Amino acid sequence: MGASNFVEGVDLAFKIIFGISLFFLVGITTVMLYFVFRYNRKRHPRAIQIKDNNILEITWITIPLILVLLMFYYGYVAFSPMRIVPKDAIPITVIGKMWVWTFEYEGGKQSADLVVPLNKAVKLNLHSDDVIHSLYIPAFRIKEDVVPGKNNYMWFIAQQPGEYDILCTVYCGLRHSYMEAKAKVVPEAEYQAWLKALPEKTNEPEGLTILKKNACTGCHSIDGSKIVSTSFKGLYGKTERVITNGSERTVTVDDAYIKTSVYDPDKDLVIGFQKGIMKTYKGIVTEDEITKITDYLKSIK
Amino acid sequence: MTEEKTHHPEPSYLVDTGKYKGLMAWLTSTDHKRIGLMYMYAMMVFFAVGVILGMVMRIELFWPGQQFYGPQAYNGIFTIHGIIMIFTVVIPGLAAVFGNFSMPIMIGARDVAFPRLNLFSFYLYVIGAAIALASQFMGNGPPDTGWTFYAPYSIQTHTNVVAAVFGAFVLGFSSILTGLNFIVTMHRMRAPGMTFFKMPLFPWSLYATAWIQVLATPIVGITLLMIIAERWLRIGFFDPSLGGDPVLYQHLFWIYSHPAVYIMILPAMGVITEIIPTFSQKKIFGYKAIAISSLAIALVGYFVWAHHMYTSGMSTTARWVFSLLTFLVAVPSAIKVFNWVTTMYKGSISLKPPFLFALGFIFLFMIGGMTGLSLGALATNIHVHDTAYVVAHFHYIVFGGVGFAFFAAIFYWYPKMYGRMYNFKMANWSFVFLFTGFNLLYFPQFIIGMMGMPRRYFDYLPQFTLGHQLSFFGGLLLVIGFIIMLITLFSKKGAPAPDNPWGGRTFEWRIPSPPPVENFEVMPEMAENEQPYDYK
Repeated sequence: MGASNFVEGVDLAFKIIFGISLFFLVGITTVMLYFVFRYNRKRHPRAIQIKDNNILEITWITIPLILVLLMFYYGYVAFSPMRIVPKDAIPITVIGKMWVWTFEYEGGKQSADLVVPLNKAVKLNLHSDDVIHSLYIPAFRIKEDVVPGKNNYMWFIAQQPGEYDILCTVYCGLRHSYMEAKAKVVPEAEYQAWLKALPEKTNEPEGLTILKKNACTGCHSIDGSKIVSTSFKGLYGKTERVITNGSERTVTVDDAYIKTSVYDPDKDLVIGFQKGIMKTYKGIVTEDEITKITDYLKSIK
Repeated sequence: MTEEKTHHPEPSYLVDTGKYKGLMAWLTSTDHKRIGLMYMYAMMVFFAVGVILGMVMRIELFWPGQQFYGPQAYNGIFTIHGIIMIFTVVIPGLAAVFGNFSMPIMIGARDVAFPRLNLFSFYLYVIGAAIALASQFMGNGPPDTGWTFYAPYSIQTHTNVVAAVFGAFVLGFSSILTGLNFIVTMHRMRAPGMTFFKMPLFPWSLYATAWIQVLATPIVGITLLMIIAERWLRIGFFDPSLGGDPVLYQHLFWIYSHPAVYIMILPAMGVITEIIPTFSQKKIFGYKAIAISSLAIALVGYFVWAHHMYTSGMSTTARWVFSLLTFLVAVPSAIKVFNWVTTMYKGSISLKPPFLFALGFIFLFMIGGMTGLSLGALATNIHVHDTAYVVAHFHYIVFGGVGFAFFAAIFYWYPKMYGRMYNFKMANWSFVFLFTGFNLLYFPQFIIGMMGMPRRYFDYLPQFTLGHQLSFFGGLLLVIGFIIMLITLFSKKGAPAPDNPWGGRTFEWRIPSPPPVENFEVMPEMAENEQPYDYK
């Protein structure tokens, strides 16, 4: 049994298409090489002209036509159930944001991985906060684009317990290739227990919630590790060499510097970083929120 | 026609006869043959840049994780690799080089209909390519959107998207004007007695191509301008945060860019259709079927664009309609393959380098086409869409197809272009390296794509390592093949070429090698009972 309810149909379509293709590829190549050998000028110094043959032309229009229609049919049959969601499917909202997946369960509980019960229909409502992403679970043979401003969806029934890769397949910028998560398929009881244990509302500091909400933590870690840019850990109070209007200077990371960095990231650019990688958050992050972020940064010195 | 060597009362087109000498004589020439060569030299330079960028990517992908440079650099490299290869190499490609060099001679004309417009198209090409390349070095760093410029990312990124998009826009105009020029040339300037159905099949393929260039390119032109307007004036066409629709962008982009695939491949099919009868000394089998299938591909090719968008959230109806139409366009391509192979039947085959490359083309094109079938079918597309499988598929078409046809065309018309032969043994060796290297580079990408390796990934999961490493070695073999080919073509002068080294029947083989400036001393005609491929 396949990892999801779609595996069987999709793989059958692959087998039919690849099978027919391989037959023709080998057949035509063999005939071609045979002609090249048999009618080589050494063995066959004079070509024999033959007339066009309409019956032959019609034959090799009709047979491929029938075969491709067959392929179309198997492709369609395996695909069409992918768009018809059972009424009792468990709804989960997927939020795609540069470069993190978040899975939101009923009641607003959020998880970084997709945990689903075995043999239950699950519907994923796809939502993007910024650019187009695409949610791809290769083992389940499913993929749909996560388009900002559109309500796309996908669904599946996981049929094998285990852990499967979730990837992003529409290019979405700097850390596109790191926009990964796991799909964990567990028995129903375990799923219920997990869902119950999932914290209702996070007790994390407000500043951290704001940083996560705006995907700041996609580039700036909070544990001291380097992702794309400087880690937030120990940042407050540190001195940095920056370029301001083309000249180097030293600054101390304080309240004012943090505000500049959020609203005008290229103004005091730390040496070694490229302009334009971080966009301005003017109009996205309020001044009040910056104060909360600053408070949080002070707490992880 | 006489078979003995013709005299050279007129100087060849390679000799400067105008008021300028040397480089200036070339840069100001409206001779279709010189313009064809200038396109070829420019394309070789761009192609070399594209190949180097490709290898720079393969080196980084040799191991998972970061080796030599970071993701921002990688994203810029795959973007400019795509822009250079698509917009400056394979789209103008065979039509600009051999359409210019050979087509007017093959239909019995002294030049294209509008020679000065033709030179203008060449300069637009150079300017457009220069702008696209300059986008790498100006502004906020190289564009990082991929060659598809998908909105809203292309609206929001701070990198230098506008310059790259504008370069593509200018290149589009070059393409439109060349198409227009060719359509008029083929309608108005064919030799007396050469009806449309007596025209050789390479010109036929260019005719179908030219209509796509003229009718489809303006759409991408407008679309690219809309991106610029959206970035500069904040007009909300595509970015939902400005009230636009990102899927609209994809429709507009692919309405051009899918037919553009046929702009690339139709002339390639045309070249193969010339080479096979010549080296088999046999009349092409199914002349009319091949000619009409070119038009059929051009026509149906307009209605399949959304097969690039099955996962974009389109309605189920739209998905199956586009899938069905996509399968229909597969049939005319199959017809051509059957006719090519049947032409070899009972021929007298001479396995010279152009024919060898043509065989390579047929094999690689079949793999490219057949792997396209599972991209056209809905269920299978969902799995492999936007993965390395797609990367492999389109490289089999645009490189295995267009590229190998390009190499075949160079080896086929080289004696006519330069009046010199080349070393066959060396040419065959270049084929061995190119063919082996190509398959080793791209075939593993099919497999890791099936396993779930997404495209445009700077870093990847460990299960894909072996595939990427094989691809790297394939890339090395390819580069060796190119070097051998360049040495074969340009290192030293070969023996003088006869007028008709391969025993071809089309007009270009009835005039001196290299041709005189005005091509024909006496304008050719086609007799009532004469056919374009009347081998005896």
